[in-house]
Amino acid sequence: MKRIVAVLISVIVALSAFISASAEDDDFDYLREASAPLKGTQLNVYNWGEYIADGKDGAADVNAIFEEITGIKINYTTYDTNEDMYTKLKSGGTSYDIVIPSDYMIARLIEEDMVQKLDFSHIPHYSNILDEYKNLYFDPDNEYSVPYNVGMIGVIYDTTKVDPEDVGSWDLMWNSKYKGSILQYNNPRDAFATAQFLLGIDVNSTSTDDWDRAYSKLVEQKPLVQAYVADEVFSKMESGEAAIASYYVGDFLLMSEVNENLDFYFPKEGTNVFVDSVCIPNSAKNKTAAELYIDFLLTSEIALENAEYICYASPNRTVVENEDYSLKGNEYIYPTEEPITEYYHNFNSDMNNMMSDRWNSLKLEGSSNLSTYIGIGSVAALAVIWFIVVKIRKAKRNKYYEQV
Amino acid sequence: MKKNSLLSKLISAPHIVWAAIFIVVPLVMVVYYAFTDRNGDFTVENIKAMGYYTYVNVFLRSLWYGIIVTVICLVIAYPFAYVISNLAPKTQGTMVMLIMLPMWMSLLLRTYSIMALISDTGIINSFLEAVGIGRIKMINTPFAVILGMVYDFLPFMILPVYSAMTKMDVSLIETAYDLGANKRNVFLKVIIPLSRSGIVSGATMVFVPSVSTFFISQRLGGSKTALIGEIIESLFVKNNNPHLGSAISLVLMVLILICMFVMNRFGDEEEGAVMI
Repeated sequence: MKRIVAVLISVIVALSAFISASAEDDDFDYLREASAPLKGTQLNVYNWGEYIADGKDGAADVNAIFEEITGIKINYTTYDTNEDMYTKLKSGGTSYDIVIPSDYMIARLIEEDMVQKLDFSHIPHYSNILDEYKNLYFDPDNEYSVPYNVGMIGVIYDTTKVDPEDVGSWDLMWNSKYKGSILQYNNPRDAFATAQFLLGIDVNSTSTDDWDRAYSKLVEQKPLVQAYVADEVFSKMESGEAAIASYYVGDFLLMSEVNENLDFYFPKEGTNVFVDSVCIPNSAKNKTAAELYIDFLLTSEIALENAEYICYASPNRTVVENEDYSLKGNEYIYPTEEPITEYYHNFNSDMNNMMSDRWNSLKLEGSSNLSTYIGIGSVAALAVIWFIVVKIRKAKRNKYYEQV
Repeated sequence: MKKNSLLSKLISAPHIVWAAIFIVVPLVMVVYYAFTDRNGDFTVENIKAMGYYTYVNVFLRSLWYGIIVTVICLVIAYPFAYVISNLAPKTQGTMVMLIMLPMWMSLLLRTYSIMALISDTGIINSFLEAVGIGRIKMINTPFAVILGMVYDFLPFMILPVYSAMTKMDVSLIETAYDLGANKRNVFLKVIIPLSRSGIVSGATMVFVPSVSTFFISQRLGGSKTALIGEIIESLFVKNNNPHLGSAISLVLMVLILICMFVMNRFGDEEEGAVMI
């Protein structure tokens, strides 16, 4: 029975690949036609850094292709964090037509009425999106967003330094054997999540108690941590400076191209999964062009270029099933055994403040303040003494002048 | 030229516009954010939060690091500037250019190169291991942070001290010798007082950025012991809490102003006010 199902599935897969392949030919004709009235207009795209095939490393330059086909000029800028993007969008200085935030940030943008509903009649290639990436929690009716990339967090380790028996769980990052070789996230949400997964706490818990427990766990970890990092993780893992780090699976693939001793696993306690989706902010000035751009990103050819370049999992059926896709069935980004995963949900500002307060105190833990007190105290004392000495000297001198 | 002639107004107009847009407006915004909450209502909660144990300690530590860096810079820069100012004018120009040279590179790049030097698998440690001494833990320690700050901010100390020394009236030193002062006394009673203005402005230019830097402590300190600049950065960028961030910036500004006032007292006590 199982075999029959498998055969059936492969037939369906092959068929659908065939269908999408035949649809491919007229892909850009549609775009050319639909964009004709928009020729010469401008499209402001705001995306993560290094998050689109841009002509480097032999990849196609996706934006240039779009400009060539449509005659629409793309003004492309990038950000480093969801929060950066949010701050920029909220401050309202510039208007963007396209942004690509992660799930929880999309939930916040929808809640605060900062993104608008999409007109899917302009996005026919939306049908390429796999069903499992439709109607996700942050956009349950699929009105505001189109998935762009899917990623998961896991643990990267150096096989020459880490005992194979120790891997498999988040507790590797708490293993005192590797003191000084462990890298932790330098942002509160991800760092707390590592502790929360290990302790079996819901990462979206709003109970202060839960966060206190995760906090104590991070305090316990601090002496073992070499550094709290963001993108420095690349150089530190590639050079062998550190042995253990928690990071995104797509980035692990990039690191392992440089340092082949690196390996990766999804911790058994569960991990974070995220979906970065394309949205159109309310302030957009060129909405139709933005929708055409979204459609363009979904076409099999362009989606493949991006998937190859970015190394994240693609939510696009035509990519995942494409035989030419070099990462097809890659055991890291498309694991056969689905790890336990959880999305981050959006927190309200009180929760965010509570989290950042704990995070700031974590940074103070474990280092003695005594030397600081003594230092500041003695400098202050010296300054006071100096002033007194100068005052006395002046008084003496004045007295001397008077006598003369 | 009359003080308020049309010409002088015209000449100063770009500066005034510049100052208004890029100095006054941001300051007003910092103050506004510091005293409002998320809904834009007036509050002093943000300022009150400064009293918490965490922030008091981060402030003190940042000030302490700033003081250490300033003192180290002064100790290195003063003799150096003195030596340069006594060289032939042509050599002086070359030396000053050599000091400026690293400043032509981005601060980020210089910090990264220090990382490459002192990291555990870096150049210095590889050398030490080859020689047989063994690796020394340098990066991600307070030592590395202070080293990075001293390296990055040293030119800001050397240049003002050097320029104060070149402006010094040589005849005063000669007079002191003529009147029978020995070398030590000339140095302590003539040269140091005359270069005091340079020391004060140099100290300010080193102290202020080293108290508020976040990049150096992030990269070289591994973010393990947060300084105040890093906390402010994370409040703005990661936590989207510009209100608390602004409050901290405001308090930091006041603290730095107090420190500068104290430092200025060192400068003006004999030769009149020195404005920086």
